[in-house]
Amino acid sequence: MPELFGWTGKVLCINLTDKSSAILNPPDIIYREFIGGKGMAGWYLRPHCTKPWDSPEMPLIFFTGPLVDTESPTSGRFTVMSMSPLTGTVGDSSAGGKFGTEMKRAGWDGIIITGRSSSLCGLSVMDGNVEFSDVPHLKKKVISEIFSTQPSKGSTAAVGPAAENGVLFANISFDGHSFASRNGLGLVMAAKGLKYIHIEGSGKTKVFNSEELSAAREDIFRLVAASPVLKGEQGISEYGTGAFYDLIHSRRMMPTENFRKTQFSHAEGMNAWNYKQKYGTEKTGCSGCHILCKKNSNNGEPIPEFDEMSHFSALIGNTEIGKVIEASHICRETGMDPVSAASTIACYMEINNLTCETTDFINILEDISQSRGEGNTLKLGSFKYASLSGNSGYSMSVKGLELPAYDPRGAYGMALAYAVSTRGGCHMRANPVSHEILRKPVATDRFTFSGKARIIKLAEDMYAAADSLTACKFIFFGASLEEYSRVFRAVTGVELYGADLIAAGEKIYYNERVMNYLNGFSSEEDDLPERFFISEGTSGDGLSIPPLNREEFLEARKKYYKVRGLTPDGKPTKEKCDELGLEWIN
Amino acid sequence: MDKLIIKYSNKLVSAGLCAEGEPLFGTYDDEVIWNDRRPERESLDTVIRGLNTISVLFANPVEPYRSIINYLAQEALKGKGFVRPDDTETRTFLHDIPVAKSLHAGEIIKSLKKRKGVIIPGRGIVTYGTVSPEQAFIFFSSICFSCYVKFMTDYYYHRKGLFRMSGDADKIYQTAVAAYQKSLSNISDLPSIRAPFQSSEDVIAAIIETGKLTIESRMVDSFFGNISVKYGNKIFISQTGSSMDELSGCIDPCPLDNSTTNAITSSSEFSAHRGVYNLTDKKTILHGHPRYSVIMSMLCDKMDCGNRGSCHLKCSSMRTIDDIPIITGEIGTGPDGISRTLPPAMSGRGAIVFGHGLFVSGREDFSDAFGNLLDIEKTCYNKYIEAVNPSPGFRDRS
Repeated sequence: MPELFGWTGKVLCINLTDKSSAILNPPDIIYREFIGGKGMAGWYLRPHCTKPWDSPEMPLIFFTGPLVDTESPTSGRFTVMSMSPLTGTVGDSSAGGKFGTEMKRAGWDGIIITGRSSSLCGLSVMDGNVEFSDVPHLKKKVISEIFSTQPSKGSTAAVGPAAENGVLFANISFDGHSFASRNGLGLVMAAKGLKYIHIEGSGKTKVFNSEELSAAREDIFRLVAASPVLKGEQGISEYGTGAFYDLIHSRRMMPTENFRKTQFSHAEGMNAWNYKQKYGTEKTGCSGCHILCKKNSNNGEPIPEFDEMSHFSALIGNTEIGKVIEASHICRETGMDPVSAASTIACYMEINNLTCETTDFINILEDISQSRGEGNTLKLGSFKYASLSGNSGYSMSVKGLELPAYDPRGAYGMALAYAVSTRGGCHMRANPVSHEILRKPVATDRFTFSGKARIIKLAEDMYAAADSLTACKFIFFGASLEEYSRVFRAVTGVELYGADLIAAGEKIYYNERVMNYLNGFSSEEDDLPERFFISEGTSGDGLSIPPLNREEFLEARKKYYKVRGLTPDGKPTKEKCDELGLEWIN
Repeated sequence: MDKLIIKYSNKLVSAGLCAEGEPLFGTYDDEVIWNDRRPERESLDTVIRGLNTISVLFANPVEPYRSIINYLAQEALKGKGFVRPDDTETRTFLHDIPVAKSLHAGEIIKSLKKRKGVIIPGRGIVTYGTVSPEQAFIFFSSICFSCYVKFMTDYYYHRKGLFRMSGDADKIYQTAVAAYQKSLSNISDLPSIRAPFQSSEDVIAAIIETGKLTIESRMVDSFFGNISVKYGNKIFISQTGSSMDELSGCIDPCPLDNSTTNAITSSSEFSAHRGVYNLTDKKTILHGHPRYSVIMSMLCDKMDCGNRGSCHLKCSSMRTIDDIPIITGEIGTGPDGISRTLPPAMSGRGAIVFGHGLFVSGREDFSDAFGNLLDIEKTCYNKYIEAVNPSPGFRDRS
């Protein structure tokens, strides 16, 4: 293999059953075609994708990209992937913090974990040294207690009691403030008997051309500085993602009362500015990032992100900021995805005709994390909970993954993106809020499906490439793959340009469609809850929020399938796999 | 998509960039659709499919852009194969503009995989959009603007004997200034909505009216600029990426105390506007890219200055054009951002940001702000003409 820059050329394989480890050297061609992060993780997941999520052979995969641990802007991210216990689809999350950077410094592009420990264990990786520890004393301990046992150097991934109690939307926490939040990956880790992974590295990633990297970095910094969303005085650098709260409210697309309304009358008193006044907001963020979109309060507690700010207020009808903070704290400490948790509670409240005046949602949240009382069924997520009582229409989810805080009746590209996303109700696969709401790179008409099929497909490919490099999706509110491909060439010495990376993204994304198809997914699951097609949102101020037109939606989805190279019922084809160089189904 | 093609084709014509019927637009959702059946479509059909993108635009601009761009492209082909203007638009967004020898699909795809547009000398410009035909329109317009600015700055140095231009440079210059002189003399309207504003509706109407006038007088590049009014405890400001002639529904009311984060979609210069309002008693701000203000800001005879090449950040001279300061700064809020450099310079009629554009202000409404925009641009134009024409102290190379 030629000398590698950016990549380390090594993947650490851990078997928890026999507590063994091995080194894998991916072929050069796999690095070039799947890049890293999401792409490489998908490549290694594919052979196992039809196994049960809790099979010892099912891998839990952590993968960095070539840009991680270099001067590339916002490159401190990595992907966690397995099959989702919540949805049955490919389950992945892009996470931040410094875990990815430490993994790279330790000399690993990725870590693939298989097997199942007979007793609760912890894993420590220090450069090339791997150690396993029995940790029965950490059983069902909350996140802060686990981290108090870890060294101050390096980085730690851990699961909380929610995962050990079988919550299908349990997350993985990284150092207590970054998360692989969605799809229930924490439950996969718990099923392996793994409580934590500590990683620490002393190496440094090799860069092909440092001078060129600095110049490429300047181009990106210039664009970031010009972006009001990123570095404006009311942007996410100052207010965190909570800066979206006023915007989504003003666009009448804030999911309210389990998506029965799209505007929350108490929003102005619960926006990011109010959090800043009440709690202070110190800037923090991932390794290698200068945007620093995460915010801590004056006492060091993380301020909720936009989706949890919105869902723990508008979605459930809560008007107390203090309770949003409390709910966020519970999710963090017990290890639960706040979006799924809040949405499941909203579903429960609607089915049982409850409000925040008649019930304490904080108690319900704790019950879920402890799997007690109603929490024993609510831990299954909104779709399974609602289906058990014949009320699946009250679950505001796609493929069983609860929708985030953007109502699709206010952005039709978002509606299509939710429906066709490979991991279920996710706005980040195609991130249409960028052009439909934030006007970047240019504004598109948010109330039309016209042109959205290819826009969504191209965006999925672009963000798949970004998650493979890896780079934060937020930076693409300012920069593009034109600038990032220059960074990639400078780091790796591999002559790929923006369009080449998008082509790699297409292959990476199609691989996920294949994995879902192998698990029985087709057009039937690429759909939205019926509510969005029959009920209007909250119109007013001269702005009408009608229900989505079902025929127009289906026509856009049909076009998407064509553009994506799928059959009319959303299934992948051998011809497209051959074209992309992907293995067809055996 | 069809509507967008018609819209942006018309904008290319109304902006004086293309002749009617010239823009060849293709869009690609599930099928590729072209607005014309001319022969170039065959190659460009391969381009749009090869790039797997939403839209492609091909057009040959009208004069003087056509001759200017051809001139610069021919020169580029003798060297590195791309044109690199020094203005802010190029530095921030275009980076450079590749030149292809033909419309052969392979050659065009190769260029567009790297950059946002490509010049084919004698044929025209190809640009593309990943989300909307609007991007293709913007890149086309920006290439025309940036090349114009580069040609005129080069020509200044040529006339001063500091740079050598060949061929038809003099003739192209004559054509360009004659056309600009004509367009300047055609401007007569001033904003009619005057202070005191009685309501936010008045404020919005005044912004919309002035935005349209700014476009009609061609004081912007790609229809972009920004505009605001301080009214009560709010700044009413145009949204980022909004077209100055289509500001209805694109104006954000932003509390001065930042108690809502509405400015997240506002112009990238929101902080600069807010800084000006905090430091001065101005009530309106208008920002455009009038080309001779931009050109004049970039002309400096100190060829051996240690800051040359970084003038937009490091120029240490207190340069002015009459009473108008020329300041340094990048777009936005970075360490060298206009948000820091502009407010202290806006106590008078306005300020020019090196290589970028002109900010002007008004005491109560846009009548004086818009007047300042036109007056300063006319002054810059006249000073440029004086500078490049023979007079004592100049070495005439023609």
